[in-house]
Amino acid sequence: MSSKKGRFGVHGGQYIPETLMNAVIELEEAYEKYKNDEDFTNELERLFNEYAGRPSRLYFAEKMTKDLGGAKVYLKREDLNHTGAHKINNVLGQALLAKKMGKTRLIAETGAGQHGVATATAAALMGMECVIFMGEEDIKRQALNVYKMRLLGSQVIPVQSGTGTLKDAVSEAMREWTRRISDTHYCLGSVMGPHPFPTIVRDFQAVISKEIKMQILEKEHKLPDTVIACVGGGSNAIGSFYHFINDKSVKLVGCEAAGRGVETFETAATIATGRLGIFHGMKSYFCQDKFGQIAPVYSISAGLDYPGIGPEHAWLHDTGRAEYVPITDEEAVKAFEYLAKTEGIIPAIESAHAVAYAMKIAPEMPGKIIVITISGRGDKDCAAIARYRGENINE
Amino acid sequence: MSNIKKAFENGKAFIPFITCGDPDIETTKKCVLEAVDSGADLIELGIPFSDPTAEGPVIQEANERALKGGVTTDKIFELVRDLRGKIDIPLVFMTYANVIFSYGAEKFFSICREIKIDGVILPDLPYEEKNEFLPICKKYGVDLISMIAPTSEKRISMIAREAEGFLYIVSSLGVTGTRSEITTDLKSIIENVRKSTKIPCAIGFGISTPEQAKKMADLSDGAIVGSAIIKLIKEYKAQAPVKVGEFVKEMKKALRD
Repeated sequence: MSSKKGRFGVHGGQYIPETLMNAVIELEEAYEKYKNDEDFTNELERLFNEYAGRPSRLYFAEKMTKDLGGAKVYLKREDLNHTGAHKINNVLGQALLAKKMGKTRLIAETGAGQHGVATATAAALMGMECVIFMGEEDIKRQALNVYKMRLLGSQVIPVQSGTGTLKDAVSEAMREWTRRISDTHYCLGSVMGPHPFPTIVRDFQAVISKEIKMQILEKEHKLPDTVIACVGGGSNAIGSFYHFINDKSVKLVGCEAAGRGVETFETAATIATGRLGIFHGMKSYFCQDKFGQIAPVYSISAGLDYPGIGPEHAWLHDTGRAEYVPITDEEAVKAFEYLAKTEGIIPAIESAHAVAYAMKIAPEMPGKIIVITISGRGDKDCAAIARYRGENINE
Repeated sequence: MSNIKKAFENGKAFIPFITCGDPDIETTKKCVLEAVDSGADLIELGIPFSDPTAEGPVIQEANERALKGGVTTDKIFELVRDLRGKIDIPLVFMTYANVIFSYGAEKFFSICREIKIDGVILPDLPYEEKNEFLPICKKYGVDLISMIAPTSEKRISMIAREAEGFLYIVSSLGVTGTRSEITTDLKSIIENVRKSTKIPCAIGFGISTPEQAKKMADLSDGAIVGSAIIKLIKEYKAQAPVKVGEFVKEMKKALRD
């Protein structure tokens, strides 16, 4: 699907400073060398299974299915992974690769803090130095994850520039990488940025759809009708979609964060409100003004609060292979509460965007099968959701 | 072929960088005129971008101030049109790919030709992606200026062979901003460049004092200074043009000595 230069249709590419070019070339060469290397893949599989707790469960949500009265609903439980989200899949892969490349230091951006915690975890496990860049606003929203990263031995650097959120954390991590390349690997957290990141991250996350396919065939002896995942940069979504892309009968749906609504300025729904552009190393869709200035975006979810989308998603949108739908804060919060009460599962507010869409369509799909990826668990969001509902709790 | 080579016909070139619209267009205009009067050989005009990933804090903040002040690409075109009635030294835009892409490259570069912009510097458009704009740049006679970094190594000859206007040699790892010391082996980088091209080389990133500028220009054909000038503009605001003029005079004198 991706051409040699890391293009997905017109999207992707390597729009980065010359200073970083040899670093991404070196990364691509290393990845090409190790991705089919038996020692590497065995070691990664061992880490996935023994350390991260894979394979993650595909759980039949019986009460939810009955309650919605339509499609059979399955939940892909990435929230049960070590560190509580799908982010660990990518991080273990990249940290192992970085180690093979002789790097001793990992840097990463984080929004909700899940990728930061996962990177800090991998760094602790592999004995690497770790520095996490996190927007000042997100540090306030996600105090628990900040504490965890420090507990794991990482340094957390508050990013004050711009809007003090995920995009600024990415910019700052890129700047840091140009300062220090020789011993440092930039462990990018989503299917975005310059080639080869969108491909590498996708490949490490593709384990999600690989497992879904095996598990659903075992349980239902057929493929699902619809696979739903939330999309910020889009790593859990591409991971959930990847092994179904050629199964045309399977509908793929990405749920974007609409924030207070796509008709407002307080939104992060890139496909719904963005335009083609070039930013953070890639050509893709971005929320921006008419002069190409990147728009400040908003979502209740710090993990979806990004003004762009990964290039492969942009291409899946162009070709119509996947559909992208906006979900508002209010819908996501309702779904967050619904899944807690109905199934006893507290999803990340990011994943709740996917649950919300399933709640809309399931009643109209009797006899069909829906798989929702629960990309992470919601402990980190409880205080923020309580605040949203007007209740102040101490974390 | 643009006018850029003229900038290097007057001894070692001094190239100031100014973010347009910081703090307002009027100040930018006066700073440019003072800089030209004081001996600047070429001026880099920054079109601000919301998320300038190659810049250090000083220029990042200048971008923010300028955008907050309401500057747009169209207002900057007007500024240059106005300046072109008064000055004829080479001018280049320094901005980010999305500013041009979003404006429409065809429209952007056709206006550049009309207002006599000689080149563009895009720190997020490396060799591999230059075809994004190169054919349109050529059509309108605007040089697409290439950058060479301390990490370029084997890429130097590939980049230099196809370079246009002048080569922007990045002095150090990291982003823009003043540095107390520049430790890169620039001498060997420039020697490498000279094997592949005859176009001039100017060194930028981290230069703030006349001594540094002199040292860098001795190694190459000129010195580029951004953050040190932006700091003056931030400090002196409406009084900045005179200070910028004095600074440029001092730098150009150091390059002549």
